Amino acid sequence: MRSFTYERANTPGEAAAAVARTPGARFIAGGTNLLDLMKLQIETPTHLVDVNGLKLDTIEPAPEGGLRIGALVRNTDLAADERVRRDYAVLSRALLAGASGQLRNRATTAGNLLQRTRCPYFYDTAQPCNKRQPGSGCSALDGVSRQLGIVGVSDACIATNPSDMAVAMRVLDATVETVKPGGVSRTIPIAEFHRLPGDTPHVETALEAGELIIAVTLPPPLGGRQIYRKVRDRASYAFALVSVAAVIHQDGTGRVALGGVAHKPWRIEAAEADLPRGPKVVTEQLLADAKPTHDNAFKRPLVERTLGAVISQARN
Amino acid sequence: MRFDTPATTNPIDQLKVVGKPTDRIDGRHKTSGTAHYAYERHDVVPDQAYGFVLGAAIAKGQVAAMHLEEAKTAPGVVAIVTTLDMPRLERGMMNAAYLFGGPVIQHYHQAIAVVVAETFEQARAAAYLIRVDYEPEAGKFDLAAEAPNAPLVGDDSGEGSSGPPEVRVGDFEGAFAAAEIKLDESYTTPDESHAMMEPHATIAAWDGDQLTLWTSNQMIAWGKRSIAKILGIPAQKVRLDSPYIGGGFGAKLFIRADAVLAALGAKAAQRPVKLALARPLIANNTTHRPATMQRIRIGANPDGIITAIAHESTSGNLADGKPETAVSQTRLLYAGANRLMAMRLAPLDLPEGNAMRAPGEAPGMMVLEVAIDEMAEKLGLDPVQFRILNDTQIDPENPDRRFSHRDLVGCLRLGAERFGWDQRNPQPTQVRDGHWLVGMGVAAGFRNNLLTKSAARVRLDREGVVTVETDMTDIGTGSYTIIAQTAAEMMGVALDKVVVRLGDSSFPASAGSGGQWGANNATAGVYAACVKLREAVVQQLGFNSADAVFSGGDVRSGNRSVLLADAASAGDLVAEDLIEYGNLAKTHQQSTFAAHFVEVGVDAATGEVRVRRMLAVCAAGRILNPKSARSQVIGAMTMGVGAALMEELAVDKRRGFFVNHDLAGYEVPVHADIPHQDVIFLDEVDPMSSPMKAKGVAELGICGVGAAVANAVYHATGIRVRDYPITLDKLIDRLPEAV
Repeated sequence: MRSFTYERANTPGEAAAAVARTPGARFIAGGTNLLDLMKLQIETPTHLVDVNGLKLDTIEPAPEGGLRIGALVRNTDLAADERVRRDYAVLSRALLAGASGQLRNRATTAGNLLQRTRCPYFYDTAQPCNKRQPGSGCSALDGVSRQLGIVGVSDACIATNPSDMAVAMRVLDATVETVKPGGVSRTIPIAEFHRLPGDTPHVETALEAGELIIAVTLPPPLGGRQIYRKVRDRASYAFALVSVAAVIHQDGTGRVALGGVAHKPWRIEAAEADLPRGPKVVTEQLLADAKPTHDNAFKRPLVERTLGAVISQARN
Repeated sequence: MRFDTPATTNPIDQLKVVGKPTDRIDGRHKTSGTAHYAYERHDVVPDQAYGFVLGAAIAKGQVAAMHLEEAKTAPGVVAIVTTLDMPRLERGMMNAAYLFGGPVIQHYHQAIAVVVAETFEQARAAAYLIRVDYEPEAGKFDLAAEAPNAPLVGDDSGEGSSGPPEVRVGDFEGAFAAAEIKLDESYTTPDESHAMMEPHATIAAWDGDQLTLWTSNQMIAWGKRSIAKILGIPAQKVRLDSPYIGGGFGAKLFIRADAVLAALGAKAAQRPVKLALARPLIANNTTHRPATMQRIRIGANPDGIITAIAHESTSGNLADGKPETAVSQTRLLYAGANRLMAMRLAPLDLPEGNAMRAPGEAPGMMVLEVAIDEMAEKLGLDPVQFRILNDTQIDPENPDRRFSHRDLVGCLRLGAERFGWDQRNPQPTQVRDGHWLVGMGVAAGFRNNLLTKSAARVRLDREGVVTVETDMTDIGTGSYTIIAQTAAEMMGVALDKVVVRLGDSSFPASAGSGGQWGANNATAGVYAACVKLREAVVQQLGFNSADAVFSGGDVRSGNRSVLLADAASAGDLVAEDLIEYGNLAKTHQQSTFAAHFVEVGVDAATGEVRVRRMLAVCAAGRILNPKSARSQVIGAMTMGVGAALMEELAVDKRRGFFVNHDLAGYEVPVHADIPHQDVIFLDEVDPMSSPMKAKGVAELGICGVGAAVANAVYHATGIRVRDYPITLDKLIDRLPEAV
């Protein structure tokens, strides 16, 4: 861990300005991912701006009928919120499928959206990794890639986004509310928030330098059966091989997003019209451009079978 | 005390204390945080500085240069020692990898520097400032690619499983060719990491030329000799102290880089140094269980009698490393007149393979017991019955040599009854519970019992307190408690009148913890010392030694009864002795036996395998403490589930290292994976093992578990996976069509 300076911010605008004016500065909230990465010197911020005091920790009704979740609402509190459990069960279930109780007590809503990949080569600073060190190459492409992405991948990076929560946010079509260093706010649809790796896998989100997430807003309740199915090698405390977040209505229509397959939560709205026709045709569209490696080719049949199980669960 | 004839009745047979399910006497220290592990021993020596070990970033080659300018001037740095500062150091006992010194890199994350600083954070930050120029070389990292050229190599695991390069009995090829029913299958097991909770950690301090290491080590006497050899100092100048160990599983049998670099760092810094290997270094810097490629051939007549059996295994290791002795148990487990066992060893440039819980038998049984299941199916026999049919009471390689006590059949029969085996439909794929495909599997468990000398010192004071001192270790096994039970039984005192002090090299040398030999041998050593102390007490009190009874804190003979404490009224009585063994282990084969039963559910859609319930029935001589023994077995069963379903050090075959080198990437079972476990111990004694009549259980508990899981997966799905671990990607293409 490199030495760094530290300050506590009092307002979102002040926090954004503080990060913008200090090269190498980062926000810190729960710290459940950033601190680990700093210990391994994968992240080497020169300055940390602590946003825990910004009072962004409430869940309130949104004017349009949804819920506005403060950026600092802890994963545990979000999963347990009565309104979330009732109207957005897929989100609650996704949160509870992730990490451990201790981590969820610390991890924040905004921080969860920003957690970084678990690609093992990203975690080993002795190995080339375009995400950690742009231009150094991708060790995973011809290395150990069982956990890694099959769709939306590039020659520069096949990492996956490890978040469960983000997959549920994507299926719900949440929007991310931010404030920029100049004090200007904007909203970013979750679909546009995470990026594909392309030639710049180190650029993971649409956020600009110093831009701070202040809330995530859920749309009015969607109804339907809401399921989050996470497939993994052990029963708990493991990252998804594949996950499926689904909202499925009685007539068989609905929405679906995938985790564990791409650099971002993976959803193709056009494929959802075929949900009543079953998992095969939907999977074909979701994974039409898939480029799996030898190690992770199993994810294609796994997506189809998991999606099938989710659809049949929704109908029962 | 020399043990060379079978034990007769002795004070242990009273079973007033021994054999009771006593709580751990160190339990409250562990649960209250007052049992201090190596890295937490802040009070043993003042002015401790912190060390951080830097690992090599290449798998093979040379360190050409190391640039230390930035690191030396970093805040808090006290000293830096690099591998270029000295010639290559000697190796300790039973190790293949060189731990430090010289430019040659044998494997990834080999230690190349230790940075000593005022704080841990400063040491770590400065270590990252060291720039290293490497001259990498091509290496061999792919076992499958090297296996065809691997020569036959025999060896001993050092933990009781062994084999010559090739063993032949009868005419295997002829009998196999002639057999009416045959099996010829190949299997693989992956590299595995011990993944113990506490990393390797040491505090080192020099006082002149005297070195003290407060460390985490299973084998104190080996460690003392090894560190002396590595550092080139006399062994009597070294003291090791290791009272609490947060898991070892074989990873801490040896002196490794933590101890060497703490000592070198302390020398350079001229003050005590504390360091632990960072978690990412554990997989590649230390030892692991090597991967194996195994082939099994079995021939039988239609009645199910094995006529030919062959087990061959190929593993890889560094030059000077050993083969994984995966064929060892097949020499002894089943009858059959015609036999062939062979081991091959391929030179690899991966980190050192060495002992991990039940080396040899653990991966060997994972394979043999699947092959037996497959053969039973070919024969149309129940797999329990097939095993019973081929049981042997003699060493198949040497018919004059019998087992000291062998009740595998009893384990299988009782286990089948308790587990409800008769409810099992012999046909696979017949049971469904919601979206789960349900199956039951069985495997035998087998692990040798090792006899090795072990010494102890016992002291009686005027309060009637008996203090035991031995360098035996408690690696979470319960050594403290069973040693206390032994001394209490022998001296006729309550457990709270016994103090046990372990893990210090200034105490008499014990068997140590490894190869499941600790419990029987270490307690037998305490027994021997207590026999001597009893003689001293009797003499001091003027009793006739032959009929003195030690009971309830008194010594009685005839009508006379005296407080035991009175024997020490004029000063402590001290006795020291060791147990050493004659030929009983040569004239008789000593082994432990089990039957493992497992029920699994396999998700019909995803192929996720989840264990539903497990049972182990163990025959392992006298059980000294059923509670701690049960804990050992359920821990081993859990490790067996890990081996069956998830544990694998993933090899990057181009860069030459284990990629998943942390506990997020190397998955071991969590609580949710282990729903229900039962353990039954057969009520037996083995008078050939020691005066304790006990044998080991800690490694027996893992041997066969993986195969029982694999056989249950087959029973659930009809899919035979012969490459561990059985992850869903190996099932998904062969699962029934999704609904």
